[in-house]
Amino acid sequence: MRNVTCQALVNLYADSRFVFMTGDLGFMALEPLQKAMGHDFVNAGVAEQNMVSVAAGIASGGLQCWVYSIAPFLYARPFEQIRNDVCLHDFDVKLVGNGGGYAYGSMGSTHHALEDYGALLTLQNMRIFVPAFSEDVTVLVKKMGSWRGPVYLRLGRCEKPKDFCLPNYAPWRRLLSGDGDVLIVTGPLVGGFVEIMGQMDSTHRPELWVLSELPILPSDVPVELIQAIITKQQVCVVEEHVAQGGVGQMFAHFILSTRLPVQRFLHFHAKGYLSGLYGSQAFHRKECGIDAQGVLEAIRQPHE
Amino acid sequence: MDNQLIKKARLRLLKMHYEANIGHLGGNLSALDAMVYLHSKVLSEEDIFVLSKGHSAGALYIALWVCGRLDDASLSMFHQEGGKMTGHPVGGWHQNIPFSTGSLGHGLGLAIGRAFVKRLKQETGHVFCFTSDGEWEEGSNWESLMFMAHHKLDNLTLLVDANGLQGFGRTVDIVSLEPLITKFQAFNVDVQEIDGHDTTALAAALVLQSTQPKIIILRTVKGHGISFMEDRMEWHYLPMTEAQYRQAVLEVEQSS
Repeated sequence: MRNVTCQALVNLYADSRFVFMTGDLGFMALEPLQKAMGHDFVNAGVAEQNMVSVAAGIASGGLQCWVYSIAPFLYARPFEQIRNDVCLHDFDVKLVGNGGGYAYGSMGSTHHALEDYGALLTLQNMRIFVPAFSEDVTVLVKKMGSWRGPVYLRLGRCEKPKDFCLPNYAPWRRLLSGDGDVLIVTGPLVGGFVEIMGQMDSTHRPELWVLSELPILPSDVPVELIQAIITKQQVCVVEEHVAQGGVGQMFAHFILSTRLPVQRFLHFHAKGYLSGLYGSQAFHRKECGIDAQGVLEAIRQPHE
Repeated sequence: MDNQLIKKARLRLLKMHYEANIGHLGGNLSALDAMVYLHSKVLSEEDIFVLSKGHSAGALYIALWVCGRLDDASLSMFHQEGGKMTGHPVGGWHQNIPFSTGSLGHGLGLAIGRAFVKRLKQETGHVFCFTSDGEWEEGSNWESLMFMAHHKLDNLTLLVDANGLQGFGRTVDIVSLEPLITKFQAFNVDVQEIDGHDTTALAAALVLQSTQPKIIILRTVKGHGISFMEDRMEWHYLPMTEAQYRQAVLEVEQSS
């Protein structure tokens, strides 16, 4: 998704001026943007706190400012700068974090971002975009460019199956119909579900939805999804993020506050490092039980 | 600068804090002379002042009052319910208070952003940032210092209110940064060190032409101008009793 993001930003810059700052990351990805932007592209060095404060100052002076790093370095280290300098003022700063969830795999736990959107959503004025596919990034970058206020973009690696016909971007999309539970997935993780479920008969599979924008706004939830929940009364949420502050908790709140008749609610989420062993993104997903195969097997278990 | 102006500012600061029953006077009195001078004699419409040591909000409000940018009704709302005159500034509601500050180590980065965007947009005007000395224990400030030096932001001046006292002791006893001047000089910026209560020296330091970012270390006295507050840490926190307020007012009125 990084390269798609870069190209989308090159296109955006051609239309409207902004400043882009990186915390010394983006090798083999951001070079075209650097070339296109000249002095408006700034490598702020390995100093994320200053970078975010400077970005807020730039935005206060009238230029939109984009800030890039890998996800964990972007939301955790400068959290107070995001809170005080960006969000309290509602400044037009865009945060782009690469490698949401366990994306950096065997690089180790310091490089994982398992709490990013939950933590950031506690801040006022913050919006979160979690593209599931590379195609989403182009739409979302454009959307971020026209939105005046703080946004965090959580990038990952696109896992879309080759022949899958992706519906047009929307905050909520039904990717596959099915007679089973309502299954809601956030982020690129959904690609694995499409891969497996695409080969299943629709009478034996869940109805698959992907969510890409947070917080969950009741007015954004499609009528079709609400109808499916009312009919099926069984909902499952999957995300590569810890339970606290995650999509599962947010959607459970939506269900309760709108009094939807749900009999069974399952939440599959990141659980840190259960075994104390480390590996690829796939390794950690499987250990937490958020991989497509693991989730689909768990859903089949009878209702306790 | 006119001593009467400083006396007027000091008396109004004391009154505002006394009426609100609020402390933080020590660091406000160390900063007041420079902040009143900057606001009344230096800052133009195009300039920006960023108060990084947000606990000196009182001095900022008084400096704006001296210039006619805040009125008495506003000052009477200091620390009051349902107002905007908080103990640490809330940004955005007043043209001359651009940022919410109070957590130390943020203001310089914000000021750099303003100076940087002025350069990119080829705008005139200068950015001034005002920090404390204890605040330089924050790592973010050193990140900012590196950035401003590297980018040679000559439209930015940093003033450090070096009163030598911080939240729970003397700066030299806690995590000493002295001599601060040599540390700043190592970053290839223009550094001057002056008596922070001598506005003639401040005027001279401010007009010095430079192609580098400028730092002015203001050697100040916490609680300056009030004998029983001077260089005493407790005046970081304590509100005045009625007797203390009366004595403080008397001392200011009788000062030369």
